[in-house]
Amino acid sequence: MSKKPVKKEVPTTGHSWDGIEEYDNPMPRWWLWTFYACIVFAIGYSIAYPAWPMINRATPGLLGYSTRQDGEAALIAAAQANDVINTKLAETELADISKDPELVTYATNAGAAVFRTWCAQCHGSGAAGVQANGYPNLLDDDWLWGGAIDDIHTTISHGIRNTMDDDARYSEMPAFGDILEQEQIAQVTNFVMSLSGDADSPDMIADGAIVFEENCAACHAEDGTGDRAQGAPNLTDAVWLYGDGYDHIFAQISKARNGVMPNWNTRLSEPEIRAVSIYVHSLGGGE
Amino acid sequence: MSEQNETEDHSLYAAREPIFPRRVKGPFRNLKWVIMAVTLGIYYITPWLRWDRGPNLPDQAVLVDLASRRFFFLWIEIWPHEFYFIAGLLIMAGLGLFLFTSALGRVWCGYACPQTVWTDLFILVERWIEGDRNARLRLHRQKKWDLRKVRLRVTKWVAWFLIGMATGGAWVFYFTDAPTLLNNLIALQAHPAAYITIFVLTMTTFVFGGFMREQICIYACPWPRIQAAMMDEETLTVGYRYWRGEPRGKLNHTETEDPPAGDCIDCMACVNVCPMGIDIREGQQLACITCALCIDACDDVMAKIGKPRGLIDYLALTDEETEKKGGASRPIWQHVLRPRSVLYTVLWSGVGLALVFALFMRADIDLTVAPVRNPTFVLMSNGDVRNTYEIRLRNKNGEDRPVRVTVKGDLALRTQLENTIYETVTVPADETKLVKFFVIAPGQSDISKREVSSIRIWVEDVINGDKAYKDTVFNGKANK
Repeated sequence: MSKKPVKKEVPTTGHSWDGIEEYDNPMPRWWLWTFYACIVFAIGYSIAYPAWPMINRATPGLLGYSTRQDGEAALIAAAQANDVINTKLAETELADISKDPELVTYATNAGAAVFRTWCAQCHGSGAAGVQANGYPNLLDDDWLWGGAIDDIHTTISHGIRNTMDDDARYSEMPAFGDILEQEQIAQVTNFVMSLSGDADSPDMIADGAIVFEENCAACHAEDGTGDRAQGAPNLTDAVWLYGDGYDHIFAQISKARNGVMPNWNTRLSEPEIRAVSIYVHSLGGGE
Repeated sequence: MSEQNETEDHSLYAAREPIFPRRVKGPFRNLKWVIMAVTLGIYYITPWLRWDRGPNLPDQAVLVDLASRRFFFLWIEIWPHEFYFIAGLLIMAGLGLFLFTSALGRVWCGYACPQTVWTDLFILVERWIEGDRNARLRLHRQKKWDLRKVRLRVTKWVAWFLIGMATGGAWVFYFTDAPTLLNNLIALQAHPAAYITIFVLTMTTFVFGGFMREQICIYACPWPRIQAAMMDEETLTVGYRYWRGEPRGKLNHTETEDPPAGDCIDCMACVNVCPMGIDIREGQQLACITCALCIDACDDVMAKIGKPRGLIDYLALTDEETEKKGGASRPIWQHVLRPRSVLYTVLWSGVGLALVFALFMRADIDLTVAPVRNPTFVLMSNGDVRNTYEIRLRNKNGEDRPVRVTVKGDLALRTQLENTIYETVTVPADETKLVKFFVIAPGQSDISKREVSSIRIWVEDVINGDKAYKDTVFNGKANK
């Protein structure tokens, strides 16, 4: 028989599967030293850094490192990095901010963050408000107190109908359920509906117009277009703060709901208020 | 069990046995020199090639610009959203390795793997400084560290270290403008990441090429373990024709011996040149990287003793059976040209053609559309219905481009771009721009009352007419 060369003798583990045996080759020594080095590193690491879980907290480690401190330092660094542009944002005339693309980009992004933190609870994360519940939609072009950047800035700074800020925007629609007869309310409801579409009972419109002129026109104007100086909504458009349709309008006339918005000048910094004003102004309805 | 007990006294760990490959000449050695020169040349020179792309783009021919997320390759520019090109190239690399492994075995390991190429270079430097195999062996066995040994060793290590530094140094040049970075590196003003990368790659090159060498292939690299699964009986590997070589013995054996002497004269040439320190005559084995240097060494000896070449040669398993029966082994091309390798080639080319096709089909302006769905639509005070879309415009040109954004789908629709009364917006050179795009349907139109309607948003480069579009939907009042 031919003498096919065979590999030089290496011990086997003694395991045999269908005649296939397992060599018991030694590990390379550098591998062993690498393994030892890893153990030494692990011990050093667990001494230097937080590592071993104890009853209340982990061992702190000699270097005193903590991710919380890291995070706080990062927050401070970020605030410091924004110092210059925040100062510029606070000092630039509100109307002139739109001429500086860098400021606009910064303010829109910073404002979006402020909005999601402080405003989204009522106005929704998409700024669509809560329809029919008195949280205004900030995306449309209908504004109760004005949609220019200055108006938005004032509204956010001082709020609406709150008791905290003397400069808060204020107005109050009376509960006409205590003043008018049910019949009169039904008439004026039909008249208001007719301003922007079809009334439920067209034969009541004429009487409703008289009721409107005597009770409502003072604030909502004779043609029903409202008055932004006192936050009286435009009744001739398609947007309804407390819901459209006979029932909703009837309810609002009988027992008016007057929404409240906090003043933000005590909670947010001036650059933050300006940023969120610019963000809201940019949403698609700014004037 | 008794066998197990017998083996218990041997050590569980073994030191590396140093290998001193002897110099060899021959066609395979020459091929390896050429491949080494070409691959190292490509690696070291590429970052220094320039390519003019205009004023706003870098002029480095090959640049992985991680900071601004661009990959430049000659005239091709890849953006992050085109990562499928990289995925495609990786698939091609995978299929290419299947192809080469199934046809030619560990040809990658033997010729083109960086570990092999740099080790080869390090051995060359070692030979220049310390001499060939015998001189190096003597130096290794010399216990006393006299002045000569210190001088030779230090010179060698310094040379290796410089090669390592050049290797690590070349790597970082692929990621930023090479001349600028070189100036900064010398002025000690480069980013720490550059120094750390250079240090790590210098040390790995130095240690892997100088001291670890075959240990990396045998113990650290996963690729050899996978390769075995891709080989079959037709795969070419380096083999020893034991049926011709055995019984081996000294050359002056006479013809009268019984059994007759084989061609192998046991000169150990194949073992002495092997960079992996194995004896190929023991058969195909785990450590063999099929670098074919033993073929060169053995052919040289066979020529000297007047025997035909090829005692050690590229062989497939099937050749062993045919030749032992007295037949002739199949020619190389028959081993290579098999349905399996043809299939791999077809798949490989298919992916390649698809990538080339995609490369030439892509427009220089592009868009993605994210419809704002919070809320689905906005009712305006005059009863109009407005939908908002966030459009990311990409301008791959080297100059600013005005882009017109329009909508197709219903004649009633009006559009408005954020912050402008015009239909066009300027996208800066080689950048993306996020714009808000309002699509408005009059309150009395059908599309404003429907739940949902299909629309198509078109963008057009006003300067050269390049166009692109994305389909999306418009939500009407019925979509509560």
